[in-house]
Amino acid sequence: MIVSFASGKGGTGKTLLTTNLAWVMSGRRPTTYVDADVEEPNGHLFLKHDAAQVRRFAVALPELVAECTGCGACQEACAFHAILALKNRVVVFPELCHACGGCVLACPERSLAGRPHEIGAIASASQDALRLMSGRLDVGQARAAPLVEAVVDAGVRDHGMDLVIVDCPPGTSCAAMAAVRRADLTILVTEPTPFGLNDLRLAVEMCRALGRDCAAVVNRSDLGDQEVLRYLEREGVPVLGQIPFERGIAAGYARGELALERSSALRQVLDAIATRIEPAVLKGNSS
Amino acid sequence: MTTLAVFSGKGGTGKTTLVACFAHLAGRAVAVDCDVDAANLRLLLPGPDVHREPFLSGRKATIDTDSCLACGACAQACRFEAILEGDGAWLVDHLACEGCGVCSLVCPQPDTVRFHDNLAGHWMRRRSGSTLLVHAALGVAQDNSGKLVAKVRREAAAWAQSEGVELVLVDGPPGIGCPVHAAMGQLDRLLAVTEPTPSGLHDLERMLRLAQHFAVPACVAINKWDLAASVARSIEEACRAWEVPMAGRIPFDPAIPRLLAAGLLPLDFPADSSTIRAIERCWRRFCEGDSRVPSISAEDPWGTARL
Repeated sequence: MIVSFASGKGGTGKTLLTTNLAWVMSGRRPTTYVDADVEEPNGHLFLKHDAAQVRRFAVALPELVAECTGCGACQEACAFHAILALKNRVVVFPELCHACGGCVLACPERSLAGRPHEIGAIASASQDALRLMSGRLDVGQARAAPLVEAVVDAGVRDHGMDLVIVDCPPGTSCAAMAAVRRADLTILVTEPTPFGLNDLRLAVEMCRALGRDCAAVVNRSDLGDQEVLRYLEREGVPVLGQIPFERGIAAGYARGELALERSSALRQVLDAIATRIEPAVLKGNSS
Repeated sequence: MTTLAVFSGKGGTGKTTLVACFAHLAGRAVAVDCDVDAANLRLLLPGPDVHREPFLSGRKATIDTDSCLACGACAQACRFEAILEGDGAWLVDHLACEGCGVCSLVCPQPDTVRFHDNLAGHWMRRRSGSTLLVHAALGVAQDNSGKLVAKVRREAAAWAQSEGVELVLVDGPPGIGCPVHAAMGQLDRLLAVTEPTPSGLHDLERMLRLAQHFAVPACVAINKWDLAASVARSIEEACRAWEVPMAGRIPFDPAIPRLLAAGLLPLDFPADSSTIRAIERCWRRFCEGDSRVPSISAEDPWGTARL
């Protein structure tokens, strides 16, 4: 089973929840933690692990492999203005290229081919029954979505019947969608402020547009108002738990510790999530 | 015209709250919310939207089922898995389609794949007291946020010019990817807001590396610094090593989320609050220009054995 943790708003506690949940669940069954927040991956700072294997990740960008007649067919075919046809050569703008392969198909001389262009890395490591997969976009690279897809796919590919927990990037556009569309269940982490509510609404709409089930956890539940809970009730989104603000959680997080030892509220929420996902994991195992 | 921006790398460190406070302290400014994925600045800068415009970006394919031969060539060629076999016909999943047109290149039938413009969202101009706000709403599950960010940046500059406003204040998106690049163009300097956690420090470094990449002068503020004073000190040490000046430290105050929930700003506190004084100090140093292009060595810790 693949459970993703998403939020429209950043900084609501996705990494706090996913790292602690991954640790708890790995005591019960093999668990994979996937850090899909490739622009700012943080999960590895909190989960103990052995030495990581790092492999570079590349997308295919067009490159001239034979003579160019300067006909301009590639430029005409490109919907993203990512390739410029000059007299006898082309110029490719990597930050605009979607790697769709249109120019390669359009070239009448078959002079273009996709060549790997590195944009980041995927690291994997493990500790007992916990496997850690983490994507990391190189600073200066623009397009995160292909790496998000690749790291989630890598986490899912070898997981067999394990539980896969995905820490998603914030937001509701391409990078977040790439992670959510691969999940069986998405848990939205929110906070009870007008910001939290505004962004939760967008995240719920994203899940619905993608036809994905969602549930919610309210973090720092005592620092705000009741509007978020009212909204979730109205929309029929189940609330798996509420975590009040505790200086202990914040201080533990600041030291890079897993916070579950310090907070009974957090343990209760983790138990509630485990109860919600365990039957589905077991069902997955028997099928 | 001066353009100042607030970024953070990590989400939820307090960018939007600070930008709203800065807009009040500046007196007259055009604020622009570049977090078009999850736009919140409008919640702190209330007022009437005086202009609203659709934002068209990209295109989506549709397959004409009457002339489709159902050969499947398009589905095979599509890199985005956007073409699905429906009930005896091929259908385009518009959430996955990126509008590249490869399907129409390989389709043997003329005029079977058609394209329509994609409504990616809306952008708005708002008057909130003496602050002008340009903000946007990206449609749900849209993938053109970088282009919409570039659009609101252009519109904010144009509005400032036509109204004779000297200052543009940018509320940046989280992360370091395409929307951030779009928000980072043509800046005078940026403030990176962080928090005293390992994530805060880690993400701050990547944000400052990006500032270095684009040669934008930066300064740093640590929000909620007293939640972990020793981590805050490590962040200050790191900033010294990277030659990036500190704009200030802002203490944690549990009253702030409650104020925000009531639609109020921290500035609405009684005037002797240490939080307000810290925000004011931070603003003074940021707008007076104490900032530098970061100088971080090329070595990336990712390459080493630990992640």
